[in-house]
Amino acid sequence: MSETALHSQEPQLLEVSIGPQHPSTHGVFRMNVVLDGETIVKLKPVMGYLHRNHEQLAENMSYLASMPYTDRLDYICSMTNNFAYATAVEKLAGIDVPERAQYIRVLMAELTRLVNHTLLVGFLLNDLGAFFTPILYAFREREKILDFFEATAGSRMMCNYFRFGGLKSDLPAGGLEQVKKIVNNYSRFLDEFERLLTNNEILRSRCQNVGILSKELAVSASITGPMLRASGVNYDIRKVDKYSIYDRFEFKVPLGKVGDVYDRYYVRILEMRESIKILQQILKQMPEKGEIISAKGAAAGKSPRMWKPPAGDAYGRIESPKGELGFYLVSDGTPKPYRYHVRPPSFINITILEDMCLGYKVADAIIILGSVDIVLGEVDR
Amino acid sequence: MFGFGVLKGMSVTLWNFILSYIYPKKGITTVQYPEKKKEVEERFRNFPFLVYDGTPDNMRCVACDICAKECPPKCIYIIPEKDAQGRIQKKPATFDIDYAICMNCGICEEVCPFDAIFMDHEYELSEYDRLSDLMYPKEKLLKPVEHFMKIRPTDCGAIEAQRAAKGIKGRAAQVQSAPAATVKPAETQQNPPANA
Amino acid sequence: MNIEEIKTDLLKHVPGLELTVEGESFVVPKEKLLETARFLKENEKYRMDYLSCVTGVDYLAARQGQPGQAAVGGQSELASDYLESVNHLYSMEKKQGPIVLKVRVPRNNPRMPSLTPLYRGAEYQEREAYDLFGIVYEGHPDLRRILMWDEFEGHPMRKDYVEEDQDVR
Repeated sequence: MSETALHSQEPQLLEVSIGPQHPSTHGVFRMNVVLDGETIVKLKPVMGYLHRNHEQLAENMSYLASMPYTDRLDYICSMTNNFAYATAVEKLAGIDVPERAQYIRVLMAELTRLVNHTLLVGFLLNDLGAFFTPILYAFREREKILDFFEATAGSRMMCNYFRFGGLKSDLPAGGLEQVKKIVNNYSRFLDEFERLLTNNEILRSRCQNVGILSKELAVSASITGPMLRASGVNYDIRKVDKYSIYDRFEFKVPLGKVGDVYDRYYVRILEMRESIKILQQILKQMPEKGEIISAKGAAAGKSPRMWKPPAGDAYGRIESPKGELGFYLVSDGTPKPYRYHVRPPSFINITILEDMCLGYKVADAIIILGSVDIVLGEVDR
Repeated sequence: MFGFGVLKGMSVTLWNFILSYIYPKKGITTVQYPEKKKEVEERFRNFPFLVYDGTPDNMRCVACDICAKECPPKCIYIIPEKDAQGRIQKKPATFDIDYAICMNCGICEEVCPFDAIFMDHEYELSEYDRLSDLMYPKEKLLKPVEHFMKIRPTDCGAIEAQRAAKGIKGRAAQVQSAPAATVKPAETQQNPPANA
Repeated sequence: MNIEEIKTDLLKHVPGLELTVEGESFVVPKEKLLETARFLKENEKYRMDYLSCVTGVDYLAARQGQPGQAAVGGQSELASDYLESVNHLYSMEKKQGPIVLKVRVPRNNPRMPSLTPLYRGAEYQEREAYDLFGIVYEGHPDLRRILMWDEFEGHPMRKDYVEEDQDVR
């Protein structure tokens, strides 16, 4: 028996389940990896532990009643989830949005982008082993934005703020000053954060040339968001579709060169700087007074269980901080949707996790997963 | 020089360390809960409560059931009061909200046409039993208008101004203006059992 | 993108194709799906290289045509029940789109070709449509349940799905 063990040529493969309960899998997510020593030979993601059947619940409720449930899809960026759903329903029913409401919507969407990218860089550093220092610096800054969300919408994370045709309520007194303070301090925070991280040799040696994703594979696998742009493809839905009023603002779309974990981290830092530019333009251009919800939208919100959109289907999409978030709605002319489908960016970005991780070690798989930026509420719905 | 990036990063942490001593207001952001509590914003919405003007009998709710129908997880249960003949009165006999199901969306406040239900600021509501203690009956939900004014002055002020402009006086004025109609049936009902 | 223009191009370049236009989407027969998608992906004018969304929809005849309810999507040929798979195509190179392709399959034999050979992004979305609706995609590398657990029986999002009695063991 010992002879076969000494002379055996084939590798002994070990199957490990980086199981649903793990501090670094960003939720209840499981990866079945097959290891040869410590190198990954095969990787299969297993999901569905947080499946809450959101799509079927929406078929039994009125259109407005599923708005609080969309908050809970990507539970970090609730404002952009609301934005995508409101965009899809407005496309279906042909409802327009007044000017000031459009500005406040874009303001909330860009603040959410700052919230999400800050949190993501913090958690990526957590996965790398920098136990809790960068993430708490990031959270210290993020708290100010969450306080502004609480002052406006009533809740820090589950905002339920957007309505079809506008918003639920106007900004509170002193809201704009709060935003001005946040925007003025954020560049300084980003400079400090970059001084801590960007040129750090340990970060560079662990993140550069790890988990490389080529352009062709990214486009073929329907990857969207900062992960796609880090591989060098210039596709940002804010520039392509020009939904809402994004064509009035000047901002660049940062692109990466190699497509490794370091590029994905750095593209997010650059996107945060572009978001700050957009916020400064909003603060200059926003009209002081205006309607918050259009007449058609107010009629829809007056009695939600009796509002009937016209029959048909519509697909509305926005650039959420994680990628393309779309809602596909089929209506049959009754107050309840006939089919309600969410196109989740995290779910589809996981498609090529295996391709990116082959040949690397387990520790690298953890940071590659961290750089994909998944939230299980969106993956499983 | 190799390692310079790490040293620059360490200078950031060192600066934050020193800042927490020389300028604690900016350096330390921890709030020592439960000794000190952070003030919640005015529009903070937690769980709903019902409003009355004056005494708990003058509640604004007329049991129209709109909030129960619009509630997304269906956590509101209303049974309207019926008088001796079985006619439905404009008052709820029971009004239960299951706080274990409620997800604090605020849609009930938005759709109420009678300004009767609003979102409260209370968040320290833990109980030992999930099923019975968290089902709040009408008595626990009723709070005076003054409480609403204290927690949300801007919204309450706007709503009271609107009601005054429209001339809505509330249930107290209704009861006073029509005493004969409501008192008589109760009198005739009570007499026979006393005699028997 | 002009619907009529796309229709004439498709009819010219894909031999034997019969398609109908509904609203702003094209209903293609399932045998021609791969050819149509390949033409749209490789043709110089369109270059639809990005498959954004694959959805399954269940059109149950008993659910529509009820008194007081409008017919779904304004269409009237609800002769039989069918399951539908909707694909939204965009172009990352030319920044144009969408082109919506719909494929209909009967309920008793819901088999259709998979778009996975052309677009890798269809992999997980088709698995989800199989899991929740029961549409079987031929040519898919790994068709198994994704959101429900592996031993689950039935397809939950269908309109005629009856929830199993959870008290019976």
